[in-house]
Amino acid sequence: MSMTLIYTIATLSVIGTAAAVILYFVAQKFKVQEDPRIDAVEEALPAANCGGCGFAGCRAFAEATVRSDNLAELYCPVGGNETMAGVAEILGLEAVKQDPRVAFIRCNGTCDHRPKTSNFDGASTCAIESSVYSGESDCQYGCLGHGDCYDSCDFDAIDLRANLGVPLIIDDKCVACGACVEACPKDLIELRKKFPKYRKVVVACRNEDKGGVARKACSVACIGCGKCQKECKFDAITIENNLAFIDSDKCKLCRKCPPVCPTNSIQELNFPPRRVKKEEKEECSTA
Amino acid sequence: MLKTFKLGGVHPPDNKISAGNAIEALPIPKSVFVPVAQHIGAPATPVVNRGDEVKAGQLLAKSSSFVSTNIHSPVSGKVKKVDFSADSSGYPRQGFLIEVDGDEWIEGIDRSEDLVKEFTLDGKEIIDKIQEAGIVGLGGATFPTHVKLVPPKGMKAEVLLINGVECEPYLTSDHRLMLEKADEIMVGTQILMKALGVEKAVVGIENNKPDVIQLLTDKTKNYKGISVQALKVKYPQGGEKQLIKAVTGKEVPSGGLPIAVGAVVSNVGTAFAVYEAVQKNKPLIERVVTVTGKGVKKPSNFKVRIGTPTQDLIEAAGGLPEDTGKIISGGPMMGRAVQSTDVPVTKGTSGILLVNNEEAKRGEPITCIRCSRCVSVCPMGLEPYLLKKLSEKQLFERTEEENVMDCIECGSCSYTCPSYLPLLDYIRFGKNKTGQIIRSRKK
Repeated sequence: MSMTLIYTIATLSVIGTAAAVILYFVAQKFKVQEDPRIDAVEEALPAANCGGCGFAGCRAFAEATVRSDNLAELYCPVGGNETMAGVAEILGLEAVKQDPRVAFIRCNGTCDHRPKTSNFDGASTCAIESSVYSGESDCQYGCLGHGDCYDSCDFDAIDLRANLGVPLIIDDKCVACGACVEACPKDLIELRKKFPKYRKVVVACRNEDKGGVARKACSVACIGCGKCQKECKFDAITIENNLAFIDSDKCKLCRKCPPVCPTNSIQELNFPPRRVKKEEKEECSTA
Repeated sequence: MLKTFKLGGVHPPDNKISAGNAIEALPIPKSVFVPVAQHIGAPATPVVNRGDEVKAGQLLAKSSSFVSTNIHSPVSGKVKKVDFSADSSGYPRQGFLIEVDGDEWIEGIDRSEDLVKEFTLDGKEIIDKIQEAGIVGLGGATFPTHVKLVPPKGMKAEVLLINGVECEPYLTSDHRLMLEKADEIMVGTQILMKALGVEKAVVGIENNKPDVIQLLTDKTKNYKGISVQALKVKYPQGGEKQLIKAVTGKEVPSGGLPIAVGAVVSNVGTAFAVYEAVQKNKPLIERVVTVTGKGVKKPSNFKVRIGTPTQDLIEAAGGLPEDTGKIISGGPMMGRAVQSTDVPVTKGTSGILLVNNEEAKRGEPITCIRCSRCVSVCPMGLEPYLLKKLSEKQLFERTEEENVMDCIECGSCSYTCPSYLPLLDYIRFGKNKTGQIIRSRKK
């Protein structure tokens, strides 16, 4: 009995040692030489693996930064300038600063603003609905509300708001990875410059129809009247195809344009209440 | 002996409630909207402007490439706008809004009902005339007919199949047309045979239309080379590839055209339109549309000018029933729900189906139970459950490998799914995307 045990232990030990020796030489022979900086950079990255940088995960991004001799085209939107400074330090390169961004859904066509005129009962994804059909309201540009953006978000930064029909981006969770921008078939989501306290002045509409048609479909549609453009002193507003657009890189948050908008399609968000119009501010904070 | 295709297929209830009602001409509407894209291929280029006076049969938009067709004015009147208007999907499409004034036709069109049997044109001239008249496949796919009649290099047509199957439930427009215009269809078939240079034509008809089979079999005695083949009732027998398989026993290879097995398929409606174009000089500005549904007061088959608003057809059939759940352009299996009743009749509209709330309701989808019924009914031998999954995950290389492009969108899978999964919705999406990828690769 004891002999059996001894034989077994001895045999296994010999096999084990032999295998270890073989493995050691094989490992030496096929050793992969890897730049240790890749690991260091990966360590410095936020490990979100979201793909917001355009690479397949943080490791791929780290490899790209090590390969590259400048950081002009490489930026991690999740980590932001701080992370990129760390990466630059590891690699001895100069970090290129970018304004932090945050996603915004440019549609405010909730059910009370945009009446339903038909009903879609097919597969419930935005991509499919938009490929066969313009949507349940008369606005063919607006949010379909099935939540392709919600599904694409890895950071729980989107509140689906199924009862309202238009999702909401939760600003402090959004890392501007851009997954929702890709996912939205109506191209509603824009990455806008992040201002302190997530303040924004933005045209929450994508309707390119003429004024009357747009207004009929949705009470808060942009009708392209151009009043906001006249009001803006910073050339931040452009009007194209009956639709106003506020360039967040030029906008100074002066808040001159929202009051002149006849359809309330320009939203001012996260601002302290205006002093003059007390009633309206309450509406804004809930919107 | 009755023939049919082998693979898959389903048996939805027939519901051909308008089969007994003769084709009536619908009064000309007050205004029509004629889209420039009513066919597969490039949209036609407008040749008239806002404010122009047009007559019925006048060219409105010219074919812009080989795979494209001419669009003619279906009415006489004034072009009020060349503008965009929502189509059945709700997306805007360019077209002409014409305000009707009287009913004047351009010269040279023979509007009499007399049968003209003899034709002297050669193949090339016939094809030119068909192209000129803007004829497309009237079964619903609206593929330009002249393109079909010119086989690609190295291929030769051997047999012409005339599609009188009408396998979609409810629809009866082809049925009525075959009963009422049998001789014209026969002459149209002979014209198509001449254009193709084939000696043989077979009319495929399902045996739920015994009256038509009888009538056409009698007629074929007077027309050389044409025969009638009765077919077992099975959906989607009216699909081009299924019809070829049923009649000739040959299978069109994956990704191939029917011409690969020497067959060309045309709908009976197309054969009739060809007859009118060649013998009567009349462009395609009218078609037969079935207006039907269980709650409809007067299920009918109307001869309608292209561009007539759906609303007019519904009113002529006794108005919109109260509990209408969906208005479908086409049949219940392949048709699409329209968003508004302002949508005009186009060359591809074979029927307007009004379904009640009960019928329109889709079951609540639950998870796939792996019963594989969708696989067994797929007439193209695909795996719908898999294609659905891959489309959902947007794995378009895989959908291509799984031959998603062979899907004929017949809807048998969704029809048969016990879990009420909207399989076709996903597959159609996958097919669209895969097609885009394939096309961009070719460029």
